Amino acid sequence: MSELFYDAAPNATRVAPERPKPRTYPAKPAEVTLFGTCVVDLFFPEAGLDAIRLLEREGIRVHFPQAQSCCGQPAWTSGYVNEAREVARAQLNLLDNGMPVVVPSGSCAGMFRQHYQEVFAEEPDTLERVESLAERTFELTEFLLHVCKVDWQDLGQPTQIALHTSCSARREMNTHLHARELLGKLSNVQRLDHDHESECCGFGGTFSVRMPEVSGAMVLDKTRSLRESGAAEMVTADGGCLLNINGSLEKQQQAFRGRHLASFLWERVSGEVTP
Amino acid sequence: MSARSNILNKLRAGLAGTTPRPDDFDEGLVTTPWQYAAEDRITRLRTLMEAVHTEVHQVTSAQWPAKVQELLESRGLGNLLYAPGTGHGRQLAVHWQRSCAKVQLMVYDRPIEEWKDELFWKVDASITGTVGGIAATGSLVLWPDRHEPRLMSLLPPLHIALLKASKVEDNLYGMMQKHNWSAGLPTNLLLVSGPSKTADIEQVLAYGAHGPKELVVLILEDA
Amino acid sequence: MSQRIPIKELTDSFRGRAVGALADDQLRTNFRVAMDSLMKKRADAFPDEDEREGLRELGNHIKARALSRLPDLLEQLEAKLTDNGVKVHWAETTEEANRIVHSIIEAKKGAQVVKGKSMVSEEMEMNDYLAERNIECLESDMGEYIVQLDGEKPSHIIMPAIHKNRFQVSKLFHDKLGVEETEDVNELIQIGRRTLRQKFLEADVGVSGVNFAIAETGTLLLVENEGNGRMSTTAPPVHIAVTGIEKVVENLRDVVPLLSLLTRSALGQPITTYVNMISGPRKADELDGPEEVHLVLLDNGRSGAFADAQLRQTLNCIRCGACMNHCPVYTRVGGHTYGEVYPGPIGKIITPHMVGLHKVPDHPSASSLCGACGEVCPVKIPIPEMLQRLRQENVKSPAEQPKVKDGGAKYSRKERAIWRFWARLNTSPVFYRLFLWGATRLRKLAPKNVGPWTENHSAPVPARRSLHDLAKAHLNQGDR
Repeated sequence: MSELFYDAAPNATRVAPERPKPRTYPAKPAEVTLFGTCVVDLFFPEAGLDAIRLLEREGIRVHFPQAQSCCGQPAWTSGYVNEAREVARAQLNLLDNGMPVVVPSGSCAGMFRQHYQEVFAEEPDTLERVESLAERTFELTEFLLHVCKVDWQDLGQPTQIALHTSCSARREMNTHLHARELLGKLSNVQRLDHDHESECCGFGGTFSVRMPEVSGAMVLDKTRSLRESGAAEMVTADGGCLLNINGSLEKQQQAFRGRHLASFLWERVSGEVTP
Repeated sequence: MSARSNILNKLRAGLAGTTPRPDDFDEGLVTTPWQYAAEDRITRLRTLMEAVHTEVHQVTSAQWPAKVQELLESRGLGNLLYAPGTGHGRQLAVHWQRSCAKVQLMVYDRPIEEWKDELFWKVDASITGTVGGIAATGSLVLWPDRHEPRLMSLLPPLHIALLKASKVEDNLYGMMQKHNWSAGLPTNLLLVSGPSKTADIEQVLAYGAHGPKELVVLILEDA
Repeated sequence: MSQRIPIKELTDSFRGRAVGALADDQLRTNFRVAMDSLMKKRADAFPDEDEREGLRELGNHIKARALSRLPDLLEQLEAKLTDNGVKVHWAETTEEANRIVHSIIEAKKGAQVVKGKSMVSEEMEMNDYLAERNIECLESDMGEYIVQLDGEKPSHIIMPAIHKNRFQVSKLFHDKLGVEETEDVNELIQIGRRTLRQKFLEADVGVSGVNFAIAETGTLLLVENEGNGRMSTTAPPVHIAVTGIEKVVENLRDVVPLLSLLTRSALGQPITTYVNMISGPRKADELDGPEEVHLVLLDNGRSGAFADAQLRQTLNCIRCGACMNHCPVYTRVGGHTYGEVYPGPIGKIITPHMVGLHKVPDHPSASSLCGACGEVCPVKIPIPEMLQRLRQENVKSPAEQPKVKDGGAKYSRKERAIWRFWARLNTSPVFYRLFLWGATRLRKLAPKNVGPWTENHSAPVPARRSLHDLAKAHLNQGDR
């Protein structure tokens, strides 16, 4: 925080934070906490379970605190700071045990790592705990790649896929680089680019219901470019985008679908085909 | 209370208790990426200017008036606005006399108000000097004065600019520092980096929007 | 799509206008093609990431330094310009600014004004103000001219007529100027050139904007490609520059990086055709240039944004337009949907300070917060952070004293209650799990129509069992 301000005055003119330095990663821990995220919890629970399986496969004991709920992002991005803070505080208290936290969603991991410091900006005492959580939080693909340093044997049939990354997650967490590198380890998987790959799918949380026409136009373009990529399916590590893209595809009665990257990865490395 | 004091008071209230940010200007960021070996400087300027439809010729300081004559005659132009009070103006006039050039020489010797119509519609071409060039961006630096007023490089459809090769600097920052611009600027300092253009319709480039359709730069080698 | 929202009250909103824009295939194609090209041009203009990022950081620091001593710099600028013979005026509102401009023109008995491109004059609606007083105020930037001829407003701050294609311009010129239709862009531009040149000749006053006002030397710097800016500031006997108070920079050298950031971010050009630095009126021995130069410094809500250190960053803006070029929302709906002078992401964060949130209540929420704008901003304005902050101010109750003009425009007790309930649900593990249990067990009863969501999507159906359930069974860790 400190580099944001030139002097101590709260009204001092701000400069942009320094460019983040490349993250250094710890050695593989013995146990981690999985923060499932509310969207995965309710709509893609199998993906959450596959994330647990992938972690266990690396010899890590996974904890799933039953008291977890949502990171607070929906209220935060809607401008309801107090409500967001209450929910954030509940997660912060729950995760305040020094254990690494793995999140199968880039934007929720980004909430922990980037935005909790804004949520708690006026609580200096809390900020220390916020910083600790930020340091311990890893998006799933990032964790598998850089902390577990996975070395996989691809047991699946040759296939071609398209990768979609959540915009905020990509910008805050470099999830596109992690996911690409991870997919690159699978010998039978070819990743195909799609048109305007880095463009938003139109989800944006409450944006999709406040501006349904604009959001709808965006997801229509996104699903078209995904379908036209030639890929057999789309994979993504973000539940919100997945809900948006698959919901749109189903409404359009298209056969093409996306699925959570955790499920795709588990299928490739375990050889188990999820029904 | 005046608008002035209201505005300033509001701004001061917003800054109450703060100190100004330090000046951490890093000149390396605007110079290091834009440095060229002496032999590349002209090439760089030339390449960039040609990329935006500027016609560039390298000529000797003795030959350039003949080149001007050739440029005008090949285009079939009737007149040329020039500045007899400058060194290059005198050189041009001497050449014109010797070669019996047909293109009529015109002089910007009255205030604009006295011949606006003629200046706006009847001048075919102009020739002006420059005080230098910038390799990094492919730019000419014009310092208009009473001999070569501001509109001389703007109104005629063809503008011919003389640039001494030795006056080309690497980058704008270097130019500014070398000539100590902050100590005193003219009424109107200009950087010109090509003929007038627009892409306002469908982003299709069209030249000669309001200023010259053609810019010809004569780079004078100090032979 | 358009049949869904013909609701009357929506036509005057961002959402309503967006529906219209989305239904216009020609408009959408025009924007998509143009924005794709502008994005590519910018990318090509910054081949070296380190160089780009270093320069953006420097740009950010230069603007922050200027803002950190803005009142002093404005005074210094005024003193220097006055020394140079330029008359400086201050205006708190657009009405005041218009009055000043009008009185200068009137003193000269002027009837014809020609304008170089200036977004601040758009902000002032100067053309209309002067027209009402029988003064013709003609736009001379080709794009602005086209837009004015058609009775429209610019749809992009750099490319005002980007929403039109050549056929539309050709028809417009034919209808308004009585010229033959032509599909040749060069010929269309030459028609504009001939028409406007006579106007430059006749004009009594030239109006321009300012890109950077340099306090150190008392210099107004303008960038352009066409030459209309030079024409407007040189040919007429009077030049009036209008600009926002945030445009001042401390030193001449500060404009070096800012200029590079501006032209490369806007159009991918290493520099514009003309960089026009004006430091005073015509001197006694000079033969052209205006005899009078005026600068009008406009506040219009800027000091309101300035008052808050977070929102102050909005004033870093150098008006390059890169944020709109990269915005997926702007690309689809175009500039007119925003309903105000400044469109796109920068419009969303600057306009509320100018006109108040009541007038643009949807501005903060019309974004997916994808972050593309902040990523390309040459002076590193954290645009998504600004949007998020404006959303906060937008839903505050009057008792919470919103800090932005007309804040609380979207305050709704009902919506607040929903979020209170949401917070309760997500802070009570028992309640949350009960909700999960209900949602998964009663999934077949999930509503088939979930408001606007099901306009674009199938109804979301919860899974059979929640991750809470699956994880508990899998990990066998019990409740903790």
